[in-house]
Amino acid sequence: MSTVLAVTGARKIFGGNQALNGAAVSLHDREWLALLGPNGAGKTTLIRAVSGRVRLDQGEVSLLGHNLANANEAVEARRQLGIVPQDLALYPLLTAHENLLAFGTLHGVAKKDLRDRAKWALDWTGLGDRAKSLTKTFSGGMKRRLNIACAVLHQPRVVLLDEPTVGVDPQSRERIWTMLGELRSQGAALLLTTHQLDEAQQVCDRITIIDHGKTIADGTMDQLVATTIGRGRRVTLILDRPISNGLASGGRAAGDGKSIAFSVEDVARELPPLIKRFADAGCRVEDVQIERPSLHAVFIHLTGRELRES
Amino acid sequence: MKFIPMMIWMAWLSLKRDWVALMLTFALPIVFFSIFVGIFGGVMTGGGDGTNSVKVAVVDDDQSESSKRFIAALMGEGGLRVRNAPADRADKPYSRAEVETQIKDGNASVGLVIPKGFGETFPSFNFGGGDEDQAGTIELLTDKQRDPVGHQMVAGLMQKAAMMGAPDLMIERGLEQFDKFAGGMTQQQRAAMDRFLPMLRAQTSTTQPATQPSGGTGQTASGAGFGGLVKIKVVSVQGDHESDWAAFVSFQVAQTAVMFLLFSMAGAAGSLLEEQENGTLERVLSSNVGMTGLLMGKWFIIALIGVLQLAIMFLWAWMVFGLKLFTAHHLAGFLIMTIVTAAAGSAFGMLLATACRTRGQLAGISTIVILMMSALGGSMFPRFMMSDTLQTIGLGTFNGWALDGYRKVFYDQLPLWQLWPQVLVLVGLTILFMFIARQLARRWESM
Repeated sequence: MSTVLAVTGARKIFGGNQALNGAAVSLHDREWLALLGPNGAGKTTLIRAVSGRVRLDQGEVSLLGHNLANANEAVEARRQLGIVPQDLALYPLLTAHENLLAFGTLHGVAKKDLRDRAKWALDWTGLGDRAKSLTKTFSGGMKRRLNIACAVLHQPRVVLLDEPTVGVDPQSRERIWTMLGELRSQGAALLLTTHQLDEAQQVCDRITIIDHGKTIADGTMDQLVATTIGRGRRVTLILDRPISNGLASGGRAAGDGKSIAFSVEDVARELPPLIKRFADAGCRVEDVQIERPSLHAVFIHLTGRELRES
Repeated sequence: MKFIPMMIWMAWLSLKRDWVALMLTFALPIVFFSIFVGIFGGVMTGGGDGTNSVKVAVVDDDQSESSKRFIAALMGEGGLRVRNAPADRADKPYSRAEVETQIKDGNASVGLVIPKGFGETFPSFNFGGGDEDQAGTIELLTDKQRDPVGHQMVAGLMQKAAMMGAPDLMIERGLEQFDKFAGGMTQQQRAAMDRFLPMLRAQTSTTQPATQPSGGTGQTASGAGFGGLVKIKVVSVQGDHESDWAAFVSFQVAQTAVMFLLFSMAGAAGSLLEEQENGTLERVLSSNVGMTGLLMGKWFIIALIGVLQLAIMFLWAWMVFGLKLFTAHHLAGFLIMTIVTAAAGSAFGMLLATACRTRGQLAGISTIVILMMSALGGSMFPRFMMSDTLQTIGLGTFNGWALDGYRKVFYDQLPLWQLWPQVLVLVGLTILFMFIARQLARRWESM
């Protein structure tokens, strides 16, 4: 799989603040990459470096084989780049259709294709019936969808999305993930930052985690789990009564003392003896929960912080 | 009540940290007060420094003792600046044609032509006013539209100068009138007067020129019951314009249009800051448009709006107030001035927008700057009625040059090629403003 975007050794200092400290990211053709990190880790700076809005102090950005440090190459390469900024970037006094025409033109969509592309975008975002409404009258979710559409009208091969689902309700978020899935199926490579770890875990092919301006992990979900918290499953037994400490040996009691969590490597082999142990002690196991290792757990393991902590 | 000190403290902190509000609250009133004292103070009081006194160009065709003494008396008037020759060639006195040109160009407010034979009739008691064309009548050349007050002031001061500058001649002429109508004086009285008059002449020559502040009442000699000591005929030198009303309209429309052009240009240029606030600036700059393209695009569309705004103002003046717009000369001149004025106005707006951080800041700063430029540049009060110092300062403003250009087209009716200084300056300002705006806009580019 060819690499369409490669950032290597990226360093950037704003004032005395080291925003990037050697971060590296790569995105392959038709891949969906989640770029994760706590607030202030350098994600947005990295995206802005690719979009040309931040000049790196050191490091290199290569987009579709073009070195972006070269102005002429950058102009050519950025024709294939779509950027969805974190903040909504729409003209509030233009309608949805007019916004699409404006940004399509700015991104170099040919005049003859412009109306077709705008129509496609309105269908894609589900905003066809609001095409002639001023965007200032839109809900947050509608604006988010239009915000994404404005960035992809020119059918870029690489799309950078900075928090594309921030501040929207679950229905709109679902719609946006569906839209992005369609975009990927049409051949675009997507790099997104998000705070929705569960969704990133579900939809992304690969995950890169940065912290303090450095890349601290990169790989598929399985690879990250294997190299951090291990492949073991978390098994939680819910009992009918609180139990004594002796019975909880090897596990961790939680809540009111009726829940005991164990980490097991082989669920099929290790779960029956556990249930028997509690039954022999006169406790009835009312429920069993088995969890795969989560991205959230990996993230905490790697950064020592929650995603939203700075 | 206990919250009041806290409220005051919070309000003070907010005000202190918003320097635009601070300036609007405390500095702007002082600046405006000072500007208007400068403008109106000069007009009302005759000026403290003499730079706003009425400029008078004199042609002395008589070259008599009386005419020279009369001119010397006028030169002594604090409210007048009298010249009988150009500053750079004092040995070559003005001709009548030169004086007319001085008035048309705005270099002099009033011209005086002292005719041959003036000395033989000066001072005249001219009871009943009478024929303005009688011998010895001074022609007072003026452009009433450009300066509606100056000629009246000069006419009054001429009577004063006649009184102060030649009391001996006045007594002599009075005695002649006495001899004629009252049968004359006795031998003894005549001898006494013959002894007194040389003494008075000597005293007058040693005290000339008088330097009292002017106190002219603006009463012209002609037409009054007592025609005055000097006979005056007021002659308009601006014969080309259609009417005083049309000239007035042309002044007013240009003054108002240019000021509001600046306000609308600054407001429209604020769309740049709006782009920043909307987040669209980030998106636009991430495309291949670039900052130069963005600035030029905005400048062009805002200039186009400016052209439309000026056109609508002048069309309204044509439709409702009878401005002579649709002549080849006026239309061509209007187009030239409107294009360069709108271009410079748009560039000025871009400069203000790039210099400000928020639309609120832009609104505050543009109000201050535009009102000051309009006051000094002649959009609120004609520049030619200001002191020389303020007129010179006015040339540092956008309004001053734009209004001078429109005046040349609609009022002075000058050939279009004579617009070159205004066109050159406004084009130069456009380039300068855009250059500075481009430099200031770097803050939005790659960090």
